[in-house]
Amino acid sequence: MPGLGHLLAGELLVGVGLLLLFGVWACAAVRGFPRLASIMGTHTLLSLITWVIVGFVLWRVAYRRAFPRRLSDGEIHSNRQVFYRALRAHRTGMAGLFGVGFLVLVTALTPLVAPFDPIAIDAGPRAHPPSLVWWMGTDEFGRDVFSRVLYGGRISLSIGFLAVFLAATVGTTLGAVSAFAGGLADRVIMFVTDVLLSLPRLVLLLTIVSLFRVTGTSGMFLVVAILGLTAWMGIARIVRGEVLSLKQRDFVQAARALGLSPTRILFLHLIPNAIAPVIVFCSLAIGATMLTEAALSFLGLGVPPPTSSWGVMVNDGREPLRSAPWIAGFPSLAIMLAVLSFNLLGDGLRDALDPKLRG
Amino acid sequence: MWRYVTRKLLLAIPLLFCVVTLIFVLIELSPGDAADKFFSPDTPPEVRQNIVAKYHLDEPALVRYLALLRNLVAFDFGRSIGQERPVVDIVAEALPNTLLLSAVTLLVIYPTGIIVGTIQAIRQNRPVDTAASVVSLALYSMPDFWLAMLLQLLVSFYLRDFIDLPSSGIVDPVRYDFMSAPEQLVDRAKHLVLPGIAMGLASAGGTARYVRSSMLEIIRQDYVRTARAKGLRERTVIVRHALRNALLPVVTLMGLSVPYLFSGAVIVESVFAWPGMGRLIVQAIYTQDTPLVIGCFYVFTLLVVAGNLLADVAYAWIDPRISFD
Repeated sequence: MPGLGHLLAGELLVGVGLLLLFGVWACAAVRGFPRLASIMGTHTLLSLITWVIVGFVLWRVAYRRAFPRRLSDGEIHSNRQVFYRALRAHRTGMAGLFGVGFLVLVTALTPLVAPFDPIAIDAGPRAHPPSLVWWMGTDEFGRDVFSRVLYGGRISLSIGFLAVFLAATVGTTLGAVSAFAGGLADRVIMFVTDVLLSLPRLVLLLTIVSLFRVTGTSGMFLVVAILGLTAWMGIARIVRGEVLSLKQRDFVQAARALGLSPTRILFLHLIPNAIAPVIVFCSLAIGATMLTEAALSFLGLGVPPPTSSWGVMVNDGREPLRSAPWIAGFPSLAIMLAVLSFNLLGDGLRDALDPKLRG
Repeated sequence: MWRYVTRKLLLAIPLLFCVVTLIFVLIELSPGDAADKFFSPDTPPEVRQNIVAKYHLDEPALVRYLALLRNLVAFDFGRSIGQERPVVDIVAEALPNTLLLSAVTLLVIYPTGIIVGTIQAIRQNRPVDTAASVVSLALYSMPDFWLAMLLQLLVSFYLRDFIDLPSSGIVDPVRYDFMSAPEQLVDRAKHLVLPGIAMGLASAGGTARYVRSSMLEIIRQDYVRTARAKGLRERTVIVRHALRNALLPVVTLMGLSVPYLFSGAVIVESVFAWPGMGRLIVQAIYTQDTPLVIGCFYVFTLLVVAGNLLADVAYAWIDPRISFD
């Protein structure tokens, strides 16, 4: 069973983490399969596929723990192996990794795990405190808060991932092109970056939202787009610094001597080597983006109804805060745990990649 | 050094230019025409004609751009649709409140962060260090509106028998006018406590982490060892020698966090009903008052640019190693 092997060997953190993931996976199986007939749809199909894949991955990890591959002594470890070892040794980083894994897993398997329909009004008594049946209580319309938190998590997490993915794509390309081309292009791109960096992000987002009023599901795309387009500047700076220092290295000279086209050198040689600090930044950026999206939705200017992310739920729970604090409390707790996991993971990655801290 | 300052000042001008361009592009790209944005359905026709003439709304894009540039530089943001008065007046009323709150927030963040960070560095890996790290990480990951709401709930509901702090507004709405001057000062100070803490606590946690790592590096340096070997008291070693050098990156951090400071003001001002620019821009968006939104955005940007300039100057003044060329 995944996790038990690690626990018996004394690796507490990894063991507990894997057991947690396995618990969610099993819960999805136990709860989900009996109800499959009633909730079939594309979401459920994706969840099933994820369930199968995750089951396989968990089994592989347990198998590898039980029958480990033998490394001969004196073997020189590659950079990647050194990185994995350093990451595994970093306790808070691993805690963050399991937190993120837990979140992604729960989000992917939501249709199989959620006990109630999130938009079913009067699924329980109105504004009922947390109990055995409704794990996080109900809100003023009688909807189960736990199911709403799960489904809201899908929205919040996907907005975070998509926005940072967009930012990373734009930022990496611009930073690498800027450093590689040099000269006027470099100065122009860096000037634009500095201008955008000096703007207050939330205020800029608010202004754009007020000018472009979009309703319905396309509102979510607008939010993702503007969140991504205001976050690429840090990444561009990082990539530019990395590529500038990589440009002088021998392998680039060799590539040029071989006659490779500049595009090829840029995308196949320079960027893959420059991407390590970008990954660290992205992990922290996902947390920050989720906080910004929650702030926007809290003001009512983020994801438009009826889609509800965690920020929208906190906004809804603001009025009954005194009498029913669980309506706003649990989504906020969820946001905090998610951002905390991403921050810890980012810290772990940064320490694992830092050459000064390795043994 | 003054050449450095002048150079930074000169760089700020193309920056503002680009911001105005950005505003223009955003207005042009957004759906709806000028009729929706600059006046409401019940604006009298003479006022409409005036506005059209002022912004050259019926002329080609270049003329409109130049008109916008001229208006913004002259701080003429037009009339607010909802409040029927010039936007400049509205902004001028709200600006001092935001500046006051920001100043108080800075006072919360930096002394707290520096003290906690230094203590963490001195007692590294002991319980104090771990506890403070956990707390500051938790505060850093918490959504700021949640911290604000939590503070409000705690102080005004659960702890109302023990602590008497107001949880919204800037002055007591009923009794302020009847208070004597010292009482008014105390009232204002009491209203500053909760919003200041809400805005500052999360950043204080971040600053503490930064100061901790900076101090940890410095304590290992040779000159600190020399100071200790000279027989100085530990406190003198830490404060006069180590801390002073550790604070340099903190000043850089201060400069980098200026935009974030003003963004955080939006949320906290909305939750605590603080009549500042943050709440103003949110209300302007709710009432779809475009001239007010643009005016607020422009002033916010000016504030951030000014803050960055101040931070650059402060950094150049403090660090004697920077070369001014």
